[in-house]
Amino acid sequence: LERISWLDPLASYLYYGFVDLRSFVRLKYDSFWRSFTVCFFAVDGYLSQYKGLGFRKSFILLVFDFHYLVVKFSIYFVVLVRIIWSKVVAWCYRWLFSTSHKDIGTMYFLLGILMGLLGTGMSMVIRFELSFPGSFLGDSHYYNCLITAHGLIMIFFFVMPVMIGGFGNWLVPIYIYSPDMSFPRANNMSLLLLFSSIALLFMSLFSGSGLGSGWTLYPPLTSISFSDYSADFCVLALHLAGISSILGAINFIVTILVMGCLDFPLIRSPLFVWSILITAFLLLLSLPVLAAGLTMLLTDRHFNTSFFDPSGGGDPILFQHIFWFFGHPEVYILILPGFGIISQLAVYYSGKEVSFGHLGMIYAMISIGFLGFLVWAHHMYTIGLDVDSRAYFTGATMIVGVPTGIKVFSWLATLYGSNWDLYTQWSVPVLWVYGFIFLFTVGGLTGIILANALIDVSLHDTYFVVAHFHYVLSMGAVFSIFAGFIHWFPLFTGLVLSNNLLVAHFIIMFVGVNMTFFPQHYLGLQGMPRRVSDYSDDYSFWNNVSSLGSIISMVGVLFFFYIVLLSYWVIQKPIFLVHRSSSPEWVTLNYPSVVHLSESSVFIRV
Amino acid sequence: LVRSSCWPFVTSYALLVLVVSLLWYLNFSSAYFFWLALIFFFYSVYGWLCDITTESIDGFTTSLVSLGLSVGFLLFISSEVMFFFGFFWSYFHNCLNPSVFIGTWPPYLFNGIVVDPFGLPLLNTVLLLSSGVSVTFCHYCVLSNVYLELWSPTRPSRTHLQWGYYFTLFYGILFLSFQISEYVSSYISINSTVYGSVFFLLTGFHGFHVVLGLILLSVSLLRVDYTMFSDFQHLGLECSIWYWHFVDVVWLFLYFFVYWYGYYIAW
Repeated sequence: LERISWLDPLASYLYYGFVDLRSFVRLKYDSFWRSFTVCFFAVDGYLSQYKGLGFRKSFILLVFDFHYLVVKFSIYFVVLVRIIWSKVVAWCYRWLFSTSHKDIGTMYFLLGILMGLLGTGMSMVIRFELSFPGSFLGDSHYYNCLITAHGLIMIFFFVMPVMIGGFGNWLVPIYIYSPDMSFPRANNMSLLLLFSSIALLFMSLFSGSGLGSGWTLYPPLTSISFSDYSADFCVLALHLAGISSILGAINFIVTILVMGCLDFPLIRSPLFVWSILITAFLLLLSLPVLAAGLTMLLTDRHFNTSFFDPSGGGDPILFQHIFWFFGHPEVYILILPGFGIISQLAVYYSGKEVSFGHLGMIYAMISIGFLGFLVWAHHMYTIGLDVDSRAYFTGATMIVGVPTGIKVFSWLATLYGSNWDLYTQWSVPVLWVYGFIFLFTVGGLTGIILANALIDVSLHDTYFVVAHFHYVLSMGAVFSIFAGFIHWFPLFTGLVLSNNLLVAHFIIMFVGVNMTFFPQHYLGLQGMPRRVSDYSDDYSFWNNVSSLGSIISMVGVLFFFYIVLLSYWVIQKPIFLVHRSSSPEWVTLNYPSVVHLSESSVFIRV
Repeated sequence: LVRSSCWPFVTSYALLVLVVSLLWYLNFSSAYFFWLALIFFFYSVYGWLCDITTESIDGFTTSLVSLGLSVGFLLFISSEVMFFFGFFWSYFHNCLNPSVFIGTWPPYLFNGIVVDPFGLPLLNTVLLLSSGVSVTFCHYCVLSNVYLELWSPTRPSRTHLQWGYYFTLFYGILFLSFQISEYVSSYISINSTVYGSVFFLLTGFHGFHVVLGLILLSVSLLRVDYTMFSDFQHLGLECSIWYWHFVDVVWLFLYFFVYWYGYYIAW
C-alpha cells in the first residue's frame, strides 16, 4: 500500500482490519490512477468478507454497514480533490509563479505566437476589405479600429515579446554563463503585465466604440471630444506594456552587465547579447517619454488640461514630437534583436567561429541605437517643420543607414565561403537568413528614399510608407523570428521540425509577403493614402494583387502552425549537431535543459 | 536562484485592477474602487519587498546580487529622469514658442499672479538641499557603524544618526506642506491654459515623487533602527538616498526653468 498522506492509515485499517504502523512511513506515489485505485481496492477488500452469506444476511449487514459506503465515497472524493489540488498548485508554481528564465521564455513565445496569429487574422480582414473597391465591412470605423489593433498587437504583443521576452530570456543567461536572469521575479512580472495589457486592449476593442486613431494615437482624434473611453483603455494598456518593457529592460541590462562573469570581457560575448543590451537601453530611455506623452493625453481627456488643445495654448504637434521620440527608438527596438539573431545564425551556418568584424558589428549596433534618438521627426515632415529642421532630420536619418550598411556587408562577409552541401551542412534557417538580408536591405533602401524630406512630402501617409515598414518588419523582424525559432526549436523543446515541410513553408511565406507588400510601393507612388477603408478605382489592381499575397502568407502562417504541432505528434529527438558548434546553448546536449548552470560561473585563465 | 514567488502574479493583477478602477474614476467619478485597488497594490508590493528582505537576512544577497540591485535601481532612476524629460519637453515646447492664444510666457493674463520664485520656492530649494546634506550625514553614520554603542569623540553615535534622519524627514514634510499651501493659495489652476497644465503636472508629479521618496526614506530609516543594515551593505538606505537626490535634482531643474525662467514676462 502506498501512502496518500493522512488517509493511508485509514485505508490500511479498512483493508487489513487493523492499523498498519508502516503506513505512517512516508512514501512517494507517482501515479494518479494507482493512488485512486488503491483506495478503491482497500475499501472493497473490506467488503469482500461478506461473500457467501446469503442475500438477507448480507443485505442487513450492508444496511448496517452503510456508513462504510459513506466513508468509501468520501474517501474517494477527498483523495480526488487533494490530488487534483496538488496538481493545480504544482501547475501554478511552475507556470504562474515561475522564476525560471526558460519557462518564462517559453510563455513569452506562446503569448507572442498567439497574438501574432490574432494580428495576422486582423491583417487578413484588413486586406479583405481592401481587396476590391467598395465596402465589405460596411463600417469604416470598425476598419480603423482593426488597423489600430493590428499595429498595437503586432508591435507590442508579437514582435517584442517573442524577440526580447522569448529569445532574450532563453538565450541571454546561457550566453553570458549565468544561471538565470538577475531579477527572476521581475522577469515574471514583465510577462504577466503583458496579460493585463492585452486584457485592457481587448476591453478597448469590445467596449465602447473602439479606438480608430491608428497605433500612433494622435490627438485631437484621441481627445475627449472625438473618442470615448476606449481610448482610455488603449492608453492605459500601453502604460502597462511600457512598465513591463522597462522592467524587462532593467533586468536585461543588469543581467548582462553584472551577472555575466566579471572576468569575461563583454566585447567577447555573442552579438545577440549585445543586441539585447542595446535594445534594453533603447527601451529604458524611450518608453518613459511615451508614458509622459500618454499621461498628458490622459489629463487632456479627463482633467481639462490643454497640452494638445490649441484653445488653451497647447499644440497637437507636441504629442507627435513626444510620441515619435519614443516611436523611432521603438522601431529600432523591434529590429535590433533580429539583427542579433541573424548575426548568430550567419556565424553558425557558415561554420565560422566568430562573425566578420565582431567589434565593428558591436559599434554599428551602438551607433544605430544612439542615432535612433536623434531622428524622430522624419515621421513628421508634413506638419510644417522649418526647412532647416527638415534638412537636419534628412541628413541624420541617412547617416543611420551607414552602420546598418556595415552590418549588412559584415553578414555577407560572414556568409562568404560557407558550405552549401545539401547532405551534410545545409539547414532551413539559412534560407531565412539570406531572405532577411536581401529583403531587409530592400526595405532599408525604401527607408532611405523616405528619409528625404523632399520626396517624403509626397509619400508621407501613403502606401509607400506602409510598404517600407512592412518590408523591414514583416520581412525583417518576422524572418529573423522564423529563422531563430526554427534554429533553436530543438533547444527549446527537445524536438525536431521537418526539414522538407519547412522549405515549403519558406517558399510560401517568401512568395506571400513579397506579393503582399511589393505592389504597395506602386500604390504609394500612385498616391493611395494609408488608413483608408476604401479607395478610388485606379488603385484596384495592385490592391487586388496585394490581397492575394496576403492569403498566401496566411496559408504559410497556418502551415507553420501545422509544422510545429506535427513535431509534437511525431516525436523526433535531435541526435547530434551537424555544425558541431561549441556555442554555449548547445553544450548541455539534453534539450530542453531545465538548468544549465546552478551557480554563477568563474573564468580561469591558464 | 530564487524560489517560485506569487508576488509578480499578484502585483500584475493588482496593477490591472488599479488601472481599471482608475478608468472607473475617470469616467464615472467614483474613486471608491481606486483607493481599494491602491491598497491592494501597496500590499502586493509590500509582500514582494518582504520576500526580498527575508532573502537578504538569509544571506542570499551576495555582493553580486547587491551590485545588481544597485545598478538596477540606478537604471530605474534614469527611466524616471526620462519620464520627467518628456514633461520638460512639453514645458520647453510651450515656453520657448508660446502659442498665439497665450501670447507671452507666462501668459499675459497672468501678469501679477505667477508665483514669485524668490518667495516660497526659494525656501523649498533650500529645504531640499539641506535635506540632501542631512541624508548624506545619515549615510556617513551608517557607514561608520553606529551599532557599536561605544561612544567616541571622533565617531558618530546612534543619536547623531537619529538627528540626521529626523531632520531629513522634517525638511521633506515641510517642503510638501509648503507646496500644498502654495497650491491652495494659488490663483492659477491646472485648467488655466497650457501654463497651468504644464506647471501643475510638473510640480504635481514632482510632489508625488517627493512623497514616494519620503516613504522610501522613512522605511529604510526604520530598518536602520531595527538594525537590518550593516556598515558594508545597506542597499535599501542607499537606494532611498539616491532617489532623494534624484528628487532634489528634478526640483532644481523645476526651480530654474519653471519658476525662475518662467517668471519674467518678455514683452
